[in-house]
Amino acid sequence: MMPVGNSLVSGVSGPTVTAIGMAEAQMYEVVEVGELGLIGEVVRLLGDRATIQVYEDTTMLKPGAPVRRTGAPLSVWLGPGLLGGIYDGIQRPLPGLLAHSDAWIRPGEKIDPLDLRKKWNFTPLLRAGDTLSAGQMLGEVAETGLVKHLVMAPPGLTGVIRSVVAQGAYTLEDSLAVVTTAAGPRELRMLQKWPVRVARPIRERLRITEPLLTGQRIIDALFPLGKGGTAVIPGGFGTGKTITQHQLAKWSDAEIILFIGCGERGNEMTEVLRDFPELQDPRSGRPLMERTILIANTSNMPVAAREVSIYTGINLAEYYRDMGKSVAVLADSTSRWAEALRELAARLEEMPAEEGFPASLPTRLAQFYERAGAVTTLGGARGSISIVGAVSPPGGDFAEPVTQHTRRFTRCFWALDTELANARHYPSIHWLHSYSEYVEDVSAWWEQKAPGYRALRNETLALLQREERLQQIIKLVGPDVLPDSQRLIVFIADLLKDGFLTQNAFDEKDMFCSPERQVALLRLILTLYRRGKELIEAGTPLAKLRSLTSVPRLLRAKSTFSDAQMDGLAQLERELAKELDELAHAQAHGPGSQA
Amino acid sequence: MKRLDFTVEDHGLQYTGASRIEGPLVFIERVQDVGYDEVVEILDPAGHLRLGRVLEISQTHAVVQVLEGTSGLATRSLRARFLGESFRLPVSQNMLGRIFDGLGRPADGGAAPLSSDLRDVNGLPINPVARRYPREFIQTGISAIDGMNALVRGQKLPIFSGNGLPHDRLAAQIIRQARLVNETAGFVIVFAAMGIKHDVAEFHIRNLRESGALAHAVMFLSLADAPSVERLLTPRVALTMAEHLAFACGQHVLVLMTDMTNYCESLREVGSARGEIPGRKGYPGYLYSDLASLYERAGRIEGAAGSITQTAILTMPADDISHPVPDLTGYITEGQIVLDRELFQRGIYPPIAGLPSLSRLMKDGVGAGYTRADHPALASQLFACYAYVKRVRGLADVIGEEDLSPLDKRYLQFGEALEQRLLRQGEHENRPIALTLDIGWEVLSLLPRDELHRVSDALAQQHYHGAELLA
Repeated sequence: MMPVGNSLVSGVSGPTVTAIGMAEAQMYEVVEVGELGLIGEVVRLLGDRATIQVYEDTTMLKPGAPVRRTGAPLSVWLGPGLLGGIYDGIQRPLPGLLAHSDAWIRPGEKIDPLDLRKKWNFTPLLRAGDTLSAGQMLGEVAETGLVKHLVMAPPGLTGVIRSVVAQGAYTLEDSLAVVTTAAGPRELRMLQKWPVRVARPIRERLRITEPLLTGQRIIDALFPLGKGGTAVIPGGFGTGKTITQHQLAKWSDAEIILFIGCGERGNEMTEVLRDFPELQDPRSGRPLMERTILIANTSNMPVAAREVSIYTGINLAEYYRDMGKSVAVLADSTSRWAEALRELAARLEEMPAEEGFPASLPTRLAQFYERAGAVTTLGGARGSISIVGAVSPPGGDFAEPVTQHTRRFTRCFWALDTELANARHYPSIHWLHSYSEYVEDVSAWWEQKAPGYRALRNETLALLQREERLQQIIKLVGPDVLPDSQRLIVFIADLLKDGFLTQNAFDEKDMFCSPERQVALLRLILTLYRRGKELIEAGTPLAKLRSLTSVPRLLRAKSTFSDAQMDGLAQLERELAKELDELAHAQAHGPGSQA
Repeated sequence: MKRLDFTVEDHGLQYTGASRIEGPLVFIERVQDVGYDEVVEILDPAGHLRLGRVLEISQTHAVVQVLEGTSGLATRSLRARFLGESFRLPVSQNMLGRIFDGLGRPADGGAAPLSSDLRDVNGLPINPVARRYPREFIQTGISAIDGMNALVRGQKLPIFSGNGLPHDRLAAQIIRQARLVNETAGFVIVFAAMGIKHDVAEFHIRNLRESGALAHAVMFLSLADAPSVERLLTPRVALTMAEHLAFACGQHVLVLMTDMTNYCESLREVGSARGEIPGRKGYPGYLYSDLASLYERAGRIEGAAGSITQTAILTMPADDISHPVPDLTGYITEGQIVLDRELFQRGIYPPIAGLPSLSRLMKDGVGAGYTRADHPALASQLFACYAYVKRVRGLADVIGEEDLSPLDKRYLQFGEALEQRLLRQGEHENRPIALTLDIGWEVLSLLPRDELHRVSDALAQQHYHGAELLA
């Protein structure tokens, strides 16, 4: 091997550095560049010249500076202690950086992603003499109050356990077991490393049958995402992508949440860090941070690290999936990631395709979203990764390349609408432009949980669609020329919008909505529609329906009754029925019935 | 051009001759021991020094961006000296009350500030973990901002404007009036001018002087007649100053950067001179990252007494909000104040557009304990109703106002009242937040209670005093 001293920087242009004396280097090998030892990755080789993508600021880096090869690809550290953590794009722990220096991130700082001194209580589940195959669990560690961490044999390792430690406290690097494999004895530790650009293997893919419940009505009830599915949230600025992502991170019923803040605002990550430790998981009552990992590569952090942050995140997700858990990956925003690809490709002088993006953009997007799925893991458990990617189309124009290509590889489309956002109708997911291909997959689950779901959903969407057409007419001639039967549709659609589709992320009772309550609210509004339609056909004026005392209560029901107060909703439903009965009675017998 | 006042000790090699000069770029061959982003002094034929910085470096040559323009430079006679460090600004609190040029050199005839504290103008990213979430309400005394798009300390909230709209007057009013409700002292002002006209700069200086704020302000002016590349450094210089004042001296700083569109155009100029692959409308593909490296230098830091609040003015070419500059800015900043030409033409000052304006941090800075308990619901309700007004106006244009339903006519009245009573105010009128909220309720009371879905009964009981039902 060539002596290290011969590898030297030969040129610098922003995050792209060229080096000579790199004949032995491998593609995607990690190198340390310059006196500060900036972390970089070899992305192109030409003779003994290498192009290096550097993950830190290269100011004052000079030709002739040393380049040190590490011989290993960029890898993530896997093991207990990841949960509750917040990392930058190359898995440097941000709290560690803060403790190490000060509030500012300086180039060249190196800190282990996991604490090597901390001891974890390990309980072996296998004994000497047992066979251990790849992905199978050796033992477990209570990582947080919420999550049991399984220590697994890494992919590729199969053999017979020669010895295993007793239950007790061990560090990440302590040997836990010795396994006799075909290639000789191997030691197993809690700490494992995995190359960041390589997907972790699985046994097989499974069909998606269960929804990923988010507690958000328009998503769960109208455009559901399956556990193991993919969804995209496109929206111009100010339409609420980030708030929607935060809501999903807070309330999704996945066991592990991976939030990748990719090229977004620093304060948004701070907000998550402030809120999550205090928020409780609605199902277990534990702090949400115990199931959450944050990757924060904000917009002003180096762009190359933004490119890799997506892979760092998805690898951590796959590691927990391999333990048989359901994981939700929330990436905000994949457009910034695509822009990082574009910037780096331009520096490498690659031939650009649409709008300057590299021709490989669709492939890269497809590869990323294909890492979602419901699977049988190597160890035989059922795990899943769901991916929700936010997209920030320039000018809010969904025809741009990132939105278009993402659409091809995802099956759920939650289109955020500027006009709705302007009216502070949140979440501003537009019911006519959005779709979900998981409706059929998860219908059976819903029907079991809340009978009548499918009919209610279809009726709701049909009503909203008819209302949109009526609005076109209203725009031209005003609402007064419409007959009451059509004005009823407009009236009910307004109720649906205000009483069901909008959801206040900051209201204690409204921020999360159980599937049972979602269906109950929907049934309440549609009951008014079905009965109202009959009454209007029999001659009751719409004004009488509008002035029912239940109507305003119905509008506020979403924030009046919590999930635990379902009887309040049932009571309201009875009172509505009673009022409608009275109307019908008056219609049939009253003196004004012929009016 | 003046001789640099803070030239470092003589060191580094001097080179004579360039192989190529193109736009703002100079290509110098066979350089040694030169770093990326290093500062370069270039001696022009007239004997003046110009500053530049290294954009690209290889074993054979360096690409230098000349911040003061390349006009008059000649390939053979050009002399360049590499200073061995990246661009640094001497910072000290004594710089308050002073005016500097776009590169941080005195422009008011005064002496160069003495300071041994030199800071890299590129700054460093703030560790997100070290940030403190901004939530202290700033009262600007402007109802459209305080009531509906409230600003908090540490926020970055730009003004999206168009040519001819009164963004400078609005910014000046914010500078004069902004402060926390219970505090008397205002902000320390850092002003960065990029490519604006002399009389606009003059207006801002006069505003600061007349309001007595000049003593607490530092100005960095790179005006329209200054070389356009210089502008690329001006906001960085200003923000470096702001960071020193905020995080080393514990002051609350309000940074005004104007006009960001000029800054972006300079960036485009350099990009195209380098032969880069252009993105949308010819702007470089890294425009987002570059803007983020400026806007993200706002905020609060845990444990530091001071803060940086940013407001930037950008003029939208042809009032187009989807133009790359406002578009990418909107994706980075925490909301935007949008000025509306139609309101302006109807004589309403400040012409702040109701619907597209937004403050993302408002939700955490208003309400009980911050402004008043009714504030969030009131703002949300005003937005919802105003959105409906827009629809009714569209309808009225088609069928005529007479044929509108009585309810829709009410909405028109409400819209008019909102614009004339809430939005409209004097340039020197400083409304306390309580007054702003009271006007909001007064306007909302023009609508029947049934229409106000976002207001709880308890709040309505307390504040709403309108007609219960339509006839």
